[in-house]
Amino acid sequence: MPLVNIAPKLSPQEYERNFADISPAFTPSQAKIEANRCLYCFDAPCTKACPTSIDVPAFIKKISTGNLKGSARVILSANILGKSCGRVCPTEVLCEGACVMNGSGEKPIEIGRLQRYAVDYVMDHEIRLFHAGTPNGHRVACVGSGPASLACAAELAKWGYEVEIYDRNPIAGGLNTYGIAAYKMRASDSLREVKLVEELGVKFRQGMEVGKNLKLQQLEEKFDFIFLGVGLGETWDLNLPGEELDGVYGALEFIEQTKVEPFEKVDVGKRVAVIGAGNTAIDCVTAARRLNAAPVYMIYRRGADSMPAFKYEYELAKKDGVTFHWNAQPVRVVGQGGVVCGLQCVRTHLVGNGRSARVEPIAGSDFSVEVDMVVKALGQQPMTELVKSIFGLELNAGRVVINPETHQTGNSKYFAGGDCVNGGKEVVDAVAEGMAAARGIHRAVGGR
Amino acid sequence: MADLNTNFAGIKSPNPFWLASGPPANTAGQVMRAFDCGWGGAVWKTVGEPIINTTSRYGGIDLGSQKVMGFNNIELISDRPIEDNLREIAEVKKRYPRHAVIVSLMVESRREVWHEMVKRTEDTGCDGLELNFGCPHGMSERGMGAAVGQVPEYTTMITGWVKEVARTPVIVKLTPNISDVTKIAVAAEQGGADGISLINTINSLMGVDLDTFSPRPSVRGKSSHGGYCGPAVKPIALHMVSACAKRVKIPISGIGGIATWPDAAEFVALGASSLQVCTAVMHYGFRIVEDLIDGLNDYLDRKTFASLSDLRGIAIGNVADWGDLDLNYKIIADINSDLCIGCHLCYVACEDGAHQCIEEFPGRDGSVQLGMLGRSNRDLARVPRIIADECVGCNLCALVCPVPNCISMKEVETENPVMSWNDRTRQQRNEGNVPSTPSLWGNA
Repeated sequence: MPLVNIAPKLSPQEYERNFADISPAFTPSQAKIEANRCLYCFDAPCTKACPTSIDVPAFIKKISTGNLKGSARVILSANILGKSCGRVCPTEVLCEGACVMNGSGEKPIEIGRLQRYAVDYVMDHEIRLFHAGTPNGHRVACVGSGPASLACAAELAKWGYEVEIYDRNPIAGGLNTYGIAAYKMRASDSLREVKLVEELGVKFRQGMEVGKNLKLQQLEEKFDFIFLGVGLGETWDLNLPGEELDGVYGALEFIEQTKVEPFEKVDVGKRVAVIGAGNTAIDCVTAARRLNAAPVYMIYRRGADSMPAFKYEYELAKKDGVTFHWNAQPVRVVGQGGVVCGLQCVRTHLVGNGRSARVEPIAGSDFSVEVDMVVKALGQQPMTELVKSIFGLELNAGRVVINPETHQTGNSKYFAGGDCVNGGKEVVDAVAEGMAAARGIHRAVGGR
Repeated sequence: MADLNTNFAGIKSPNPFWLASGPPANTAGQVMRAFDCGWGGAVWKTVGEPIINTTSRYGGIDLGSQKVMGFNNIELISDRPIEDNLREIAEVKKRYPRHAVIVSLMVESRREVWHEMVKRTEDTGCDGLELNFGCPHGMSERGMGAAVGQVPEYTTMITGWVKEVARTPVIVKLTPNISDVTKIAVAAEQGGADGISLINTINSLMGVDLDTFSPRPSVRGKSSHGGYCGPAVKPIALHMVSACAKRVKIPISGIGGIATWPDAAEFVALGASSLQVCTAVMHYGFRIVEDLIDGLNDYLDRKTFASLSDLRGIAIGNVADWGDLDLNYKIIADINSDLCIGCHLCYVACEDGAHQCIEEFPGRDGSVQLGMLGRSNRDLARVPRIIADECVGCNLCALVCPVPNCISMKEVETENPVMSWNDRTRQQRNEGNVPSTPSLWGNA
């Protein structure tokens, strides 16, 4: 997919500066001051707001007393991916949003950064907090190696299960490795967490894809249970003329490059249009800007107030100097010589009221933007084919149907969690579901 | 503006704020800079036969992110020759005639040695003397400092020796390291002291380094007990000042954890005529005097007190024996639900640490869940409820509440008349049908 017009290259230092950690690590004294600010609420709202129910006041108190190892144990016992959650969780709408400090007009405690501080300490010092349990003779395969599978596998391994993770990618970690904006987390951070799970004795089988070089039947024969943490599939198509042109990318395909390639090797057009306004679309526009593309457009068929991205994500995009086209719908990708050279759009408006209101194009309002690259960020398709190949599994609106208590599917040998079940949520949700499934499996074998 | 001019047993200063005898009042340079910053007086760091100090000397204890809530030292009296100190004192007094220069003294417990020292010191033109009968460490082992101040007879005797020759007012500085400080206050008064100052520092060990196991402050891996001071000791000092104020007629110079103007005002209300500050200066410098004066002035104006003497001792009468407190006075906690931020600290404090009179709301059955996200904390309505019938009015919830004015203690009208323990035992005795309960308060 050669791009003709590419964004001017920057120096390695400039790339590093552009993708520097947006929420840098606390220094020890900053951490102590912030930890001391925590009121140590009883029955705390932050803990209730956390999908993995981390005992936030407990781990913060331990930071204030200098017991970082104990602090990390509190965090990682509740959430084995505490390192990445400390970086990528939308804390503003979770723990920090629930912090009682908001009620007194004070800044909420920076829970995410404190969490990261404690977890980084044990990881940087190679302190091992958890060990594999005494083998209980049960074997579980996890398909996919993203957050849901990692959490499920880690939990089971601690209880003595023999767990193998099968994943189609060359490197483990799923979207945690491949799909998170580089200024929030690097692939190496994700791999450090993979190592944590490996240390529990979990075996990783990379490059194994169901339907290609891996048959589910093999897994069914070898394992007592199979956990599906397969996530979602390809980005939805635009279904527009010109979509096949060189220079049209899927959002994850684009983000993935920023995670596994040196920044100067990432394909990025001189001028970029990103279609969609979710959190992934924000990741794409900010990445394009930081890779020196200009202008970068965000194109969305509804107004700014309807955008699915979190407010602070929107703020990030604004700060990065992104140009927004609200109430605009692409109708055609324009090409020249097989390569993208523009995007033709039409203005939209809402017809009808309330819930039944529909977005409709305004006739004759066509306009074009000249761009060299178009990124589709319309969300991911479900893994319909894979799911349908398993007897007894059901999909509802593209989501694998489970028993919400046990995460067991219609096929009693299969459990599921993460994006393939919830349709695409946060890392912390995937962890919570992976852990719930582990408990479900444990219950199924009669464990307590 | 209220009149802050102070006359302490004849020692005059433009305001009641004096540097206490200690490191900030060790040299002419420091004392003159302090006067330039606004300090009304200074008690020169104790002069005596020069000693040798250790390194290190100071220890601090922090509370959360607040540094030096408490402070201690194992430093001794001045390590400078007597002549140098006296020459500088004379120089300062010459340059600052309106400011109070008081000299703290500590010498061997012999009459002629004291006589000699008093005469030499007063030749400087200083305004008064402060006898250091309080230093708890290093000097007391040599028969000085607290070794004198812990024995009423010694205190009377040595104060008497000083008064035989002194021409300026004599203040006796008291140690708190004694079971009843008023006994020494009375002994000083009997010895002829013109005033007392208290408290000196409290015996303490600041902590232990958990890697080296050296106590702090460490001197080649060892340490010694030292004098504790700073904000943490203020309540102890207030108690002792008020107790002395009830027992002696001579003026009292208040010392112990004074760092802000409200601290100062409290000492005055409990009977102090002047105020001495050391630790707060060691922490923040001489500049703190500006707000001490400004804040105290503003407070006096607000209360329409014309001078400090209008405030002096105003609260002493309210320091009562427990046996005279009204057992029928009843208050209960009241939570302002508009201010409550839902931290539940009051709940857990009352439930685990006091009298189980608060219930959580909503309960811990998970009735507040993620559905609440995106709404303000106000909507979460985690306002705990006081069980009014159970509340004993202990104050604990109000003390731990992080939000100002959120929990207040409200008086409850009862039909019962004022009744103290002493009233009760008196009544029982008068009725004659119940054996009298022994009382420590005597007046029953």
